Amino acid sequence: MATEEMLNWIANASYFLAAVLFILGIKRMASPVTARKGIVQAGIGMVIATLATFAITKGHNIELIVLGIAIGVIPTWLWGKKVAMTDMPQMVALFNGMGGGSAAAIGAGELLKFSHPGSAPPMTTIGLAVLGALIGSVSMTGSIIAWAKLDGRMDKRFNFPGQQIFNFLILAGAIVAGIALIAWQVDSRLIIAFFALALLFGILMTLPIGGADMPVVISLFNALTGLAVAFEGYVMNIPALIIAGTVVGAAGTFLTQLMAKAMNRPISGVLFSNFGGGGSGEAITGAQKPIEASDAASLLYMAEKVIIVPGYGMAVAQAQHKIWELTQALIKAGKEVKFAIHPVAGRMPGHMNVLLAEAGVPYDLIADMDDINPEFKTCDVSIVIGANDVVNPAAKTDKSSPIYGMPILNVVDSRQTIVIKRGKGTGFAGIENALFYADNTRLLYADGKEAANQLISELKMIEGGGGH
Amino acid sequence: MIDGFLALYIFMLAAFTGKEIIGRVPVILHTPLMSGSNFVHGIVLVGAMIALAHAESTLAITIGFIGVILGAGNAAGGYVVTERMLEMFKSSKDKK
Repeated sequence: MATEEMLNWIANASYFLAAVLFILGIKRMASPVTARKGIVQAGIGMVIATLATFAITKGHNIELIVLGIAIGVIPTWLWGKKVAMTDMPQMVALFNGMGGGSAAAIGAGELLKFSHPGSAPPMTTIGLAVLGALIGSVSMTGSIIAWAKLDGRMDKRFNFPGQQIFNFLILAGAIVAGIALIAWQVDSRLIIAFFALALLFGILMTLPIGGADMPVVISLFNALTGLAVAFEGYVMNIPALIIAGTVVGAAGTFLTQLMAKAMNRPISGVLFSNFGGGGSGEAITGAQKPIEASDAASLLYMAEKVIIVPGYGMAVAQAQHKIWELTQALIKAGKEVKFAIHPVAGRMPGHMNVLLAEAGVPYDLIADMDDINPEFKTCDVSIVIGANDVVNPAAKTDKSSPIYGMPILNVVDSRQTIVIKRGKGTGFAGIENALFYADNTRLLYADGKEAANQLISELKMIEGGGGH
Repeated sequence: MIDGFLALYIFMLAAFTGKEIIGRVPVILHTPLMSGSNFVHGIVLVGAMIALAHAESTLAITIGFIGVILGAGNAAGGYVVTERMLEMFKSSKDKK
């Protein structure tokens, strides 16, 4: 008996330590200087908590537990190690779906236990088990759809008439089944119906959402999984789950709001409406003025201050390494170079920073929109590569434009702008970009990687001929 | 067993903590932070392990087993992906 008490004490102390490490870890991850330590700390917390759990499971089903952990850890670890940085958002979605599924499975197991005659716990416990299971199930199937969409495995959008009412009915059905479980009786057929409806709703609510809004949705599902974990933690009586789950739920909700704000998309708009169907904006007069790489290189050579504005197009062209090479060449020639990142550049907020970081760009050269916007006025040349809607001045000036009101990078203020672009197409929102027609804008029509390469070699030629 | 109100207090304090600790996160860390918090809810693995350890019927064992696999996947995948993203955040001073 004494050993058992001791083991319980050890486990509880470990869970407490893990909770502290999680909170510290998340806090550190919110600052670029300490972020790397943060994840390691949280990781140590996870290992401690997992090992401590073996102390209180008394060896029951231990082979299955170890086998299950091995099956869960090994493939995800290997996959996570080798997946390309551009594919990170969908990986987060997938792993989040797994967490939601795990919480739902705990809920299912507990409800099954409660369904045996005479073993019904207090109503609060059943209620939270049901709530956690509902949220976890929705988060699981929803995340899987989000993953499939971002991974290009599924048609971008799926609509049918009366979709919202249909979805609402499915959700209402799941809620009614849940309430019946709580207030009437924990019946096994009811449990099955409840899970079927909840899982279905996760799929249905995510299907109509377009790819551009996916980051906000993934962040929301992340917060929801946190909540589901917290609720199941109450049911299982493990405070570490309640604390870690709630902290993630709250941080995730806040983060979702920040992202939605950065994208100028209210969360309700993301969930219940479709994007990109709006007006087409005013027509633009004038012509796009092309430039050769050699002339662009001389503009850069004469500049003192250069701001590079990368967009997802750069990442698709895998041009970030070449762009960094170009940047290094410019810095070596004594220019001041900065990267301007729009909050939603890339596929989700912060994604572009990760992609640039992968190419080796130090984070202190990378500036957020609010910090860099006043600097465009004093900038000699801006290079826009693979970005479009986030630099479109129509967002400020044209009320009829679908992107009106979205915060943009004020590239239009810089003395000269070079836009690197494959062709004359429009951006994701399908709108013409007034910046591309501005008097001081020149278009360098080329693949991003190719253009950067040309600029580097032209720059070398100028420097070689310039005779330092 | 945690008493209802005690649980409510824990819940309330943890919720404020969660919001406060990321209150001033720069945009560049939104994606890594989302990924990191995604890893943290991988603690669900502990719940699934305990559920599996207590499971007796074949159905309960199956459900618990699935829970453990999914929870472990959440924790392991979440860690690797976050660590890889954050590994790249170096300032120019750190290099060379």
